[in-house]
Amino acid sequence: MASEDRIYVALDEIFRDVFQRDLPLRADLTAKDVSGWDSFKQIEIIMAVEERFALRFTTRELDSLLSVGDLARIIMAKTTAS
Amino acid sequence: MRTLPGDPAAAWRIAGALAQYDLSFTLTNALDQAIRRAVGVMPPGLTTRPVRLALLGSATMSHLVSAIRVAGVRRGLWIDIYENEFGQYLQELSAPRSPLHDFQPSAILLALDAYHLSAACTASLDAQGSEAALAEATDRIRHVWRLARDAFNCPIIHQTALPAYPPLLGSNEHRLPGSKSAFTARLNAALRPIADEAGVHLLALDIRASRDGLAAWHNPTYWHHAKQEIAPAAAPAYGELVARLLGALQGRSAKCLVLDLDNTLWGGVVGDDGVDGIIVGQGTASGEAYVAFQDYCRELSRRGVILAICSKNDEANALEPFDSHPDMLLRRSDIACFVANWSDKAANIRQIAEELNIGLDALVFIDDNPFERNLIRRELPMVAVPEVTEDPVSFIEAIAAGGFFEALSVTEEDRERTAQYHGNRAREVLRGSSTDLDSYLRGLEMQLVWRRFDNVGLARIVQLINKSNQFNLTTRRYTEQGVLAVMDDPTTFGLQLRLLDRFGDNGVIAIIVGRLQQNHDLLIDTWLMSCRVLGRQVEPTTLNLVAAEAQRLGARNLIGEYIPTRKNAMVKDHYAKLGFAATETFPGGGSRALLSLAAFTPISTFIHVTEG
Repeated sequence: MASEDRIYVALDEIFRDVFQRDLPLRADLTAKDVSGWDSFKQIEIIMAVEERFALRFTTRELDSLLSVGDLARIIMAKTTAS
Repeated sequence: MRTLPGDPAAAWRIAGALAQYDLSFTLTNALDQAIRRAVGVMPPGLTTRPVRLALLGSATMSHLVSAIRVAGVRRGLWIDIYENEFGQYLQELSAPRSPLHDFQPSAILLALDAYHLSAACTASLDAQGSEAALAEATDRIRHVWRLARDAFNCPIIHQTALPAYPPLLGSNEHRLPGSKSAFTARLNAALRPIADEAGVHLLALDIRASRDGLAAWHNPTYWHHAKQEIAPAAAPAYGELVARLLGALQGRSAKCLVLDLDNTLWGGVVGDDGVDGIIVGQGTASGEAYVAFQDYCRELSRRGVILAICSKNDEANALEPFDSHPDMLLRRSDIACFVANWSDKAANIRQIAEELNIGLDALVFIDDNPFERNLIRRELPMVAVPEVTEDPVSFIEAIAAGGFFEALSVTEEDRERTAQYHGNRAREVLRGSSTDLDSYLRGLEMQLVWRRFDNVGLARIVQLINKSNQFNLTTRRYTEQGVLAVMDDPTTFGLQLRLLDRFGDNGVIAIIVGRLQQNHDLLIDTWLMSCRVLGRQVEPTTLNLVAAEAQRLGARNLIGEYIPTRKNAMVKDHYAKLGFAATETFPGGGSRALLSLAAFTPISTFIHVTEG
């Protein structure tokens, strides 16, 4: 089970890998707020999260991913359930 | 990986090394971005031609671009890629002026997804309707090929359809004329002859997906989310398949398979176990696995891959199984270049490339021994050295999965290739090599752990003494009682030596028995060693230990003795190499040599010695 803090630490790393720069992650951060966060980067983020947390997003979960907070919440739910 | 060096040539070299690793989707993209930042444009001095690849398709492909480029870097190819606007491949090909035409591709990859290709097919169609849909699909594809050829006159690669559709009937899916799943399979079958006719090369995703499983290649969630037919996780594999074809188009595929012998083509060590003792042939699982590997090698040679042997062996021993073992599939005539000696393998592989007059980057090297694999990776990074386990079944898989020998056609010349090279055998002992063995050995972090004979090691000591034939100076055999007698005799010592290195524990690899004589000379009664650790400075390090033990017993000189047998010619000059002076020679080739302990200073080596 991953705590929310641990999830954010991992997400920090993932976002740094994907965007090649430090991004201050907040729960309400969305693609609109970050230059370069396009659909391609979105896929990279999703892939990296799937790899890192050994989980698979469902189609519906992908549709509901609008902010960093959404991502953390879904990771939390999926890693807690298992 | 984030920061390649600023100098483009250095960055390109390091990127090439990084690209050899099995990188995930995310790391592949990161490496590509780092290369673009550090190298920017094609670095000068590449011997390959730059590739301008137009990636034309019906689904999302942007996630494949980095993977194709990185797979290019892996084989020294600089690839620039153009992607059509989403789904616009036909429009862009047809338009007389478009960014595609400005790009001027040197190769075209047509990637039409299964959903797009099978759109006209539905389960309500009858046989006639389904045939018409198939004819329409193949006509459309041929039309696209014609457009591409007329506009650019460059090689065309066509991706076969991924078997993405689920079955509706089941095993007899072909009986439902309008099944999309069966349609995809029929379309793929139809593509083969028409592609040959049109001179188009195929990227056989269907075959690859049937080996890996569809789930490795296609994820419906991603398809619905971003219209990615190829799952992002499969992008590195996709890039690799594309780059193999682009490499083959430039004649960059490997040409020669270099094989070790002992524990690679057969089980066991022919020099020790004898031709009757090696494991190859029907009857045991491992014997059959070695036969299967030989069969695969022979099949490769029949389609034009050159086979070479690179083995640490006496040549006569190495050749014997090829000539006289009834279960060997490979025969001497299958081998274009046969090198068996005791020199280091990097020097021998250079020699093989020279003999065959091909580049080192045309070689693939298979050896069960991790020491040899890592030596070649380090000394000759251009030689492909797939990672294998000691299980012979891993060899075929490693060669097939690596795609080293990707070829676009087979010619008559290919079929006769081995005969052309035949007779060019590199046999002479190699002279001074330029291999930087020292730094390799230093990096191995070798540790020689020595113990006097003891009851714990008894079984292994007796086994080694009775089985070692090649690196064995005197071939004196001892029973368990004989070994126990050595342990009890205060004027005699027995040493068991174990070698460890970065890659693990090699186990007990050498045995020494020394006997103090009446005249205070110490006779080295037995010195034997496993051939696996040859060329790693174990011999001089062992001499240091022997000298120390002899001095402990009050000896003034070491006496080395060589008793020739049919199998131990390799150690004829063992003592001379270690600085002993010859004192006697005997009829039949035996000899004795002396080393004065008063004048002896321990030889410095890269091996750390501990007692334990």
